[in-house]
Amino acid sequence: MKKAKLLNSRQMANFAARGFLQFNSLVPAALNRSFIKAADANRIPQVRAGVAWSDAYAKNSTLFKVMRLPAVAGIVQSLVGKNPIFDHHFLHVAMPPAFFAKRGREQRSQTTHQDSTIDPRFANFDLQLLYFPHEVTAKMGGTRFIPGTHLRKVSEASVGRYQNMVGQQHVVCPAGTVLAMHHGIWHGGGINRTSKRRLMFKVRLNPTEPQCRLWDTGDLSEEAGEQRAIFWADKQDPEHIHSILCKREEWFEADTGRLEYLNRIRFWRNLVGDPTFDADYWLTRIENMPS
Amino acid sequence: MNARQQVLILYLTTSSLDSPVIAWAFHDGTGRDTHMAGDNDEPPYDTGLDALLDGWRLLQMSPLLPHASGDEYDTSYLKYEFLFEKLIEVTT
Repeated sequence: MKKAKLLNSRQMANFAARGFLQFNSLVPAALNRSFIKAADANRIPQVRAGVAWSDAYAKNSTLFKVMRLPAVAGIVQSLVGKNPIFDHHFLHVAMPPAFFAKRGREQRSQTTHQDSTIDPRFANFDLQLLYFPHEVTAKMGGTRFIPGTHLRKVSEASVGRYQNMVGQQHVVCPAGTVLAMHHGIWHGGGINRTSKRRLMFKVRLNPTEPQCRLWDTGDLSEEAGEQRAIFWADKQDPEHIHSILCKREEWFEADTGRLEYLNRIRFWRNLVGDPTFDADYWLTRIENMPS
Repeated sequence: MNARQQVLILYLTTSSLDSPVIAWAFHDGTGRDTHMAGDNDEPPYDTGLDALLDGWRLLQMSPLLPHASGDEYDTSYLKYEFLFEKLIEVTT
């Protein structure tokens, strides 16, 4: 088996800040075709929750080959370690308009929600892999998600009141694309307005070890721990870890957007195993309590 | 008067009605229009005030609540919700 291709620190910081990473055309065409064939034949296997990820799929099955691709295995290892647990998987199918018309049903999008239930964990998180085996066009209503919502503590479909949010994204991607998502990110399925059905395969994995420095940390410089001049007019390096962690989303409220920075920095502290890490002085200021 | 209610919910960046819109929902009691999650990426108004200028009546705004001790830094639901209505004449 080829060695897993681990994520780098910039990718991890982007995951910490935005709750997702997108990898276009990661899965080769032959495996995509094989997966679609298996889906069409209803041959997606039933797998018990709680089994070792390494035992989830039969050796040499299509899903085994997809998940053991070095890039996919590297995403998994970087985020939930070498020995995660299989939680569940599900084949999401968005049917075309004719399907609903035939049944006299209204075709509606899925309301925005956070998966599972209220999940107050902070130091640990689950990984959700979204695999798109065929091209997804804008008309196909690919998964809608709101970057940066993953650290908000809400109760599943309670956020359904928000029909639309500024900065929401709709997955439009080539075949073989994989999205890695934090379990908390707000999302929902869109309406498929084409004549073909849309497929998306999602699998959720739980960690079995502290999610600390599991990626390739070779590029994690000591400078990332040093403070920069803040509220300064000079353009900051957008690829600096601090810049990534303190980049606002379009939907941020003026005040809670700053709380998102605090939460991201705390999340990053756990990822790098440094309880003193700070970005742009946000936590240092409020943790300063001389006695 | 035979009227139906249209409801517009705007979420703003601050507690001020003239701050920018970051999220929204629209429900049409006349049944003429259907809206749902993800149906538009552009907000209907730039600010809450712009909705007033377009004839929407403000019914309710979310209160400003003190932060519970220990939860000061938690984030969850959008805070600045403004509920508007329009009454539309219909023929039945």
